[in-house]
Amino acid sequence: MELYDILFWVLSAIAVSCALGVILSRNPVNSVLFLILTFFAISGHYVLMNAQFLAIVNIIVYAGAIMVLFLFVIMLMNLNADVEPQKGQLVQLAGVISGGILFLVVLASIKTAKAEIMDKTSTDIGLISNLGKVLFKEYVLPFEISSVLFLSAMIGAIVIGKKEEVKTSATAKMEHVSE
Amino acid sequence: MSLFLEISFSAMANGLHNWLAGSISNATLVSVTEMAIAGVSLLLFLVPLCFFLGYMERKVAAFMQIRLGPNRVGPKGTLQIVADTVKLLFKEGLTPNASDKFLFNLAPIIVVVTSMLAMAPIAFAKNFQIWDINIGVLYVSAISSLAVIGILMAGWSSYNKYSLLGAMRSGAQIVSYELSVGLSLISIVILTGSLRMSDIVASQADGWWIIKGHIPVIISFVIFLIASTAEINRAPFDLAEAEQELTAGFHTEYSGMKFAMFLLAEYINLFIVSAIAATLFLGGWMPFHLGNWSFFNNVMDYIPGSLWFMGKTFLIIFIIMQFRWTFPRLRVDQLLTLEWKYLLPISMVNVIIVTMMAIFGWHL
Amino acid sequence: MGSAALILLIIVGIAFAGGGILVSKAIAKTSKNKAKGEPYECGVPTTGTSWIQFNVGYYLFALIFLIFDVELVFMYPWAVVVKSIGVVALVEIIIFMFILFMGLLYAWKKGALKWM
Repeated sequence: MELYDILFWVLSAIAVSCALGVILSRNPVNSVLFLILTFFAISGHYVLMNAQFLAIVNIIVYAGAIMVLFLFVIMLMNLNADVEPQKGQLVQLAGVISGGILFLVVLASIKTAKAEIMDKTSTDIGLISNLGKVLFKEYVLPFEISSVLFLSAMIGAIVIGKKEEVKTSATAKMEHVSE
Repeated sequence: MSLFLEISFSAMANGLHNWLAGSISNATLVSVTEMAIAGVSLLLFLVPLCFFLGYMERKVAAFMQIRLGPNRVGPKGTLQIVADTVKLLFKEGLTPNASDKFLFNLAPIIVVVTSMLAMAPIAFAKNFQIWDINIGVLYVSAISSLAVIGILMAGWSSYNKYSLLGAMRSGAQIVSYELSVGLSLISIVILTGSLRMSDIVASQADGWWIIKGHIPVIISFVIFLIASTAEINRAPFDLAEAEQELTAGFHTEYSGMKFAMFLLAEYINLFIVSAIAATLFLGGWMPFHLGNWSFFNNVMDYIPGSLWFMGKTFLIIFIIMQFRWTFPRLRVDQLLTLEWKYLLPISMVNVIIVTMMAIFGWHL
Repeated sequence: MGSAALILLIIVGIAFAGGGILVSKAIAKTSKNKAKGEPYECGVPTTGTSWIQFNVGYYLFALIFLIFDVELVFMYPWAVVVKSIGVVALVEIIIFMFILFMGLLYAWKKGALKWM
């Protein structure tokens, strides 16, 4: 398993350094692109664990869809400029404290967690047909409920993004004035 | 079956492996050498393919517009694309001063790499594919969804309004049409019960899905053709690079070899999309078989599988090229209406019909 | 060839694209000119920043796409097993797609699918 270990460490190094790139790069678009690379490295880890489906879903949903959404949001809010608004000293201090506390909590939970060593090669949990059988035989109800979740997410997005009434009344007023 | 070409392909691969294993003792070195050979032969396949597609595109355009097309350089103009490539090679590659230089130079490479990655699961002939991954179809749709990142990178880093506008349009377009592509892929997955390319081809031994699957599969084939034409940004869906309004869209600022890379990736994508359509709907390398006409089937078996595959792929490429000169370019609102109000609902209903067909065994 | 093929394809892609660009850079004639670095906007000097703000419409489409994309991801494992499970799976997916179709109809009705 020599090659496996090499790949594991290379992918881990890529993931960690790109994750650092996300928070260290000053330009938000560069951050997003670093995040995509991070997702790629994580997908590589999934492939190493023989969970190809999970790897591909990670790429489709995170690296593909969500990152496009992020890029659109950055363009929408015009965050392109390198200038970052300077935060006050108090805010910075609060950020450091809350970040440190979060780090402490994560560290504590990792310390007590029991690491399960999985058999790297022989597992087939990640294969798509097994996943499908489990999902559509045993977890039917959560699956159906997730569709309601999607529906509510969609309605929420439309309600926030589309202010129909305001727009129509404004345009009606405009038309009235022009008449 | 006397599919001599595949046999020779596998024989070549096996012979090479044995020869290398015999002459080099180190196992790692053997696989590294094999990888290098595979990489070089992939390039030796792709570059002439792109040259040919470029030539074919011009000749098809000329044919549709009753012109001659390229006919000066080389016999019947076949070397025109080579001349163009040499010209592009000698052009200066400009980088705008205000651009994000690193991303600007990285974007063409990303675009080429993503289109190359999508080559992996394509079955050229029996046992002749780069990686027979067990989720081949899903893999292709994942990789094709990444193409948008390269385009957005190119458009954004150029620091040009045309580029950014083209990239944003293309982003909205690619992500929208991905849904229809996915749903029409799913309708074939339902019928075969596998995402592996070799399984999908094997399931069509007694007839191609487009024939076995009756009208619902024909509908999803048509939806796949339309949506994937949009996904690879080809006319009539080439809003991302609409010449008349956006100069050249996301690659306005690119010149020389960097521009050539976008062109190359476009042709590779065209090939991949057509190859996927040929594999899923037209049986890939599987010869054309009819029920129990054994004589006819035997005759068909004499045509090598790789020839079948290439023939079907180029048929679909020819159709997609004809789209370009048949339909006028859509507006952004028409484009999104077509996807969200027509293709998506139709393909959702179609998936249900195909499922019924698969469960109750209505297909042939 | 297995997943090593991915590494191979990435290396080949980078080598080919990067090599082509580098070769072109080595052999192409270059000349210095201040105007060459300007944004190419048909000869007219560009005004303002080129990294402009975009319409909310793009964002809305991306959000609706994201939801349908996750739906698609659910449908792939379903498509693989639907034949072996049978009618139950058909009913499951009809309910699932019906609920999402309602979402699409809502977006349609609210005019979110209309450009601008």
